[in-house]
Amino acid sequence: MLETVIQGVLLGGLYTLFALGQSLMFGVMRLTNTAQGDFIILGAFAVIAGVSVAGDGMVWGVALAVLPAAFAFGYALQRYVLNGTLGKDPLPSLVVTFGLSIVIQNLLLELFSADPRAIETGGLNTQGVALGDAISLGVLPLIVLAVALVATAALQWLFARTALGRSFRAVSDDREIAELMGLDAKKVYAFATAIAFVLIAIAGALQGMRTTVSPSDGPLLLLFAFEAVIIGGMGSFWGTLAGAMILGITQQIGFRLDPGWGIWFGHIVFLIVLVLRPQGLFPKTRG
Amino acid sequence: MTNMPPPLIAVERATAASRIALAVGIALVLIAASLPFWGESSWMREFVEIACYFIFAMMWNLLAGYGGMVSIGQQAFFGFGGYVMLMLGNFAGLNPFVAVPLGALAAGLIAVPVSFVAFRLSGGYFAIGTWVIAEVFRLSFANVSAVGGGSGTTLTALRGIEKATRESTTYWMALACVVAAIALVYLFLRSKRGLALLAIRDNEVAAESQGIPVARMKLAVYGVAAFGAGLAGALYFVGNLRISPDAAFSVNWTAFAIFMVVIGGIGRIEGPLVGALIFWALNKFLSDYGTWYLLGLGLLAIVVTLFFKQGLWGYAQQRWGWSLFPTQRKLLRARPE
Amino acid sequence: MSAPLLATQGLKAFYGDAQALFGIDFSLAPGELVAVIGANGAGKSTFLKSLTGLVRAPRDAIRFKGEPVGGLPPGEIVRRGLAMVPEGRRLFPSLSVEENLRMGATANRKGPWNLQRLYALFPILAEKRHQPGTSLSGGQQQMVALGRALMSNPEVLLCDELSLGLAPIVIREIYAAMPAITGEGMTVVIVEQDVTMARQVSQRIYCFQEGRVSLEGKSGDLTREQISQAYFGIEAAHA
Repeated sequence: MLETVIQGVLLGGLYTLFALGQSLMFGVMRLTNTAQGDFIILGAFAVIAGVSVAGDGMVWGVALAVLPAAFAFGYALQRYVLNGTLGKDPLPSLVVTFGLSIVIQNLLLELFSADPRAIETGGLNTQGVALGDAISLGVLPLIVLAVALVATAALQWLFARTALGRSFRAVSDDREIAELMGLDAKKVYAFATAIAFVLIAIAGALQGMRTTVSPSDGPLLLLFAFEAVIIGGMGSFWGTLAGAMILGITQQIGFRLDPGWGIWFGHIVFLIVLVLRPQGLFPKTRG
Repeated sequence: MTNMPPPLIAVERATAASRIALAVGIALVLIAASLPFWGESSWMREFVEIACYFIFAMMWNLLAGYGGMVSIGQQAFFGFGGYVMLMLGNFAGLNPFVAVPLGALAAGLIAVPVSFVAFRLSGGYFAIGTWVIAEVFRLSFANVSAVGGGSGTTLTALRGIEKATRESTTYWMALACVVAAIALVYLFLRSKRGLALLAIRDNEVAAESQGIPVARMKLAVYGVAAFGAGLAGALYFVGNLRISPDAAFSVNWTAFAIFMVVIGGIGRIEGPLVGALIFWALNKFLSDYGTWYLLGLGLLAIVVTLFFKQGLWGYAQQRWGWSLFPTQRKLLRARPE
Repeated sequence: MSAPLLATQGLKAFYGDAQALFGIDFSLAPGELVAVIGANGAGKSTFLKSLTGLVRAPRDAIRFKGEPVGGLPPGEIVRRGLAMVPEGRRLFPSLSVEENLRMGATANRKGPWNLQRLYALFPILAEKRHQPGTSLSGGQQQMVALGRALMSNPEVLLCDELSLGLAPIVIREIYAAMPAITGEGMTVVIVEQDVTMARQVSQRIYCFQEGRVSLEGKSGDLTREQISQAYFGIEAAHA
């Protein structure tokens, strides 16, 4: 049982990375990015493409190089496409991001075919660290968990202690008055999405190292990200982490009981949390 | 006898153009009903398929445009209607054509407990939440071996019937469903309940303060939309004869509905009609291009959403005042003498 | 006679199709404290919002320091030295008192106002600086809102209904801070429902009525009767 929980925690680390970007974008501008999962997969394929050009030994270099590209891409996407969809009506942002999801999936399908691919890490994904006699923890999952913890702490620090974080909170509270203070909401939103996309790129790279990726994997990752955010409670990054952990553990328990029901079990627990405590388990009191 | 002065303000509902359109529509339906006697069977099969797309899109439109609830999970009811129809046909020995409305009814009923969960969320998160629920439906049915589990099963109940008869009956059924769906939505929106819906969509809090039972109305719309989706699903699989969880509960159904409605225009009755026609045309001529076609659809939906916020039909309505299905009441001022 | 610091000419404003202002002529000299009074819906807040860029205005309808500023985004107007304390305070709930104040300094303008000075003026805020802005009492929130606007070191300060929802003793406390603000030469426009307070603190009064200026003059010169007639739109006599 302990091993199942530990595996769940490690899985939760990955889900945290899937979910942080979503939590950030929704927190700052109430935008639901239904292409979240597809952008993660796009990130993974970007690294795969980069590696095929630069050579197998350059994996980490390519992964790092993708990050600033993701930042710029996210900034531009928000500034020139998504900013136009913001407003009281959730439909435009949903349709546009949904459209992006379809575009990305089919673009990847055209460029890479439907075959699953992976990012070669020279065996890193099979290495393990022994914990006592019975349990072996994968090195890569541990790295993922560490990255997730660092990312969560970094985001939390960014929001609470920096001027940029303050502007994120201000525009999210009251865009009109924030603009009255002199903030350019359009730029602030673009920065938020830029950071979210760096997180997405990190998640994509790690996902591609951990397992194989194929162009249509995106939607499922979106659902996991979303469930983590809801279970954890909106408005708090540590909450998102907690939600991701719970989801990971739940899924692992489900897989243990019956391999066919693992993901289903995660969905069900999510729905139960939604019914019993719709504000999530660790919500920050916010509008 | 005293003469009343003519009223200064008159409320006009139907324009002359729409009255002509109604007559044309009736004529079209009559012509269409005769199709099995002179048309090819492939036309009938195509019509059934497009009818399903259209009904599903119209119900999605009702939910999103009028109910204000954008859902990415309506395929849950589409597939549920299909599976219930199939189970009634295969296991209960019911005539599948009778099972179609029953499947729709089942979908409408299951929407009630589903809404209990889904309504905890709103906005964009409601949309994704409904998607999760649809996935639960899909995974659940994929684990039920009695209906073939993950690979699905066939509708055996129609085996004994001659192909031509089956195809014509399916076609007429589809035609009837299309007419019924249009009539249902049209009459619903013209009624007091329809006005209440518009009020809720525009401002929920204000509507509540006017005494409109918002929660009940939202449940009603959700149930009707589920019924419609189930109808489309049951109809589709009567025509298709084979069902599987991936086909029945695919998010592509909602994707296509979104596309049709966004292109045609959200919140307008003609919208899904125009969108379905455009979609059918695109499908016919471009679907051979596979991924590029889908990519193009996605881009088109993005462009229309960003630059034609009212959809293409809505743009026409604003620009040139076209309206086939008038649900708005126009206020006319009497011309001064 | 020096040119007005802030002036509007024939300013109109619309919310969609509904017209809220029907041609406002207004001028403000440096160092003045001018009051704008009027009933609810008279257009006072709309007027301030037009000045700050929250409501669209034609380019030449508003002149600030001689430059046309109509239609500029709010951020640009703040950078030029025009700040507003919005109606209803509208503090940021997710930000602490101090963070709210710091937000005011986004425009990065030089001047006498900073955190220390504000805490000296409103000591209670120093005490509660790390608390969420909206956890304070109404009067204290008004101090934060006022301080937030001062942090941008404006040349002209617009105050929209400072007294809204506050008890009389709190209102007096807020206005007691005015001399410290105007003492440095700050030009101030206050929108007030409290006519007595408006007459007390201002040098000139504009009275708005249904989107138009119904009365304008020195606070000391205008009689109560004149003001109430202008306020309610009662015609004195029909020619």
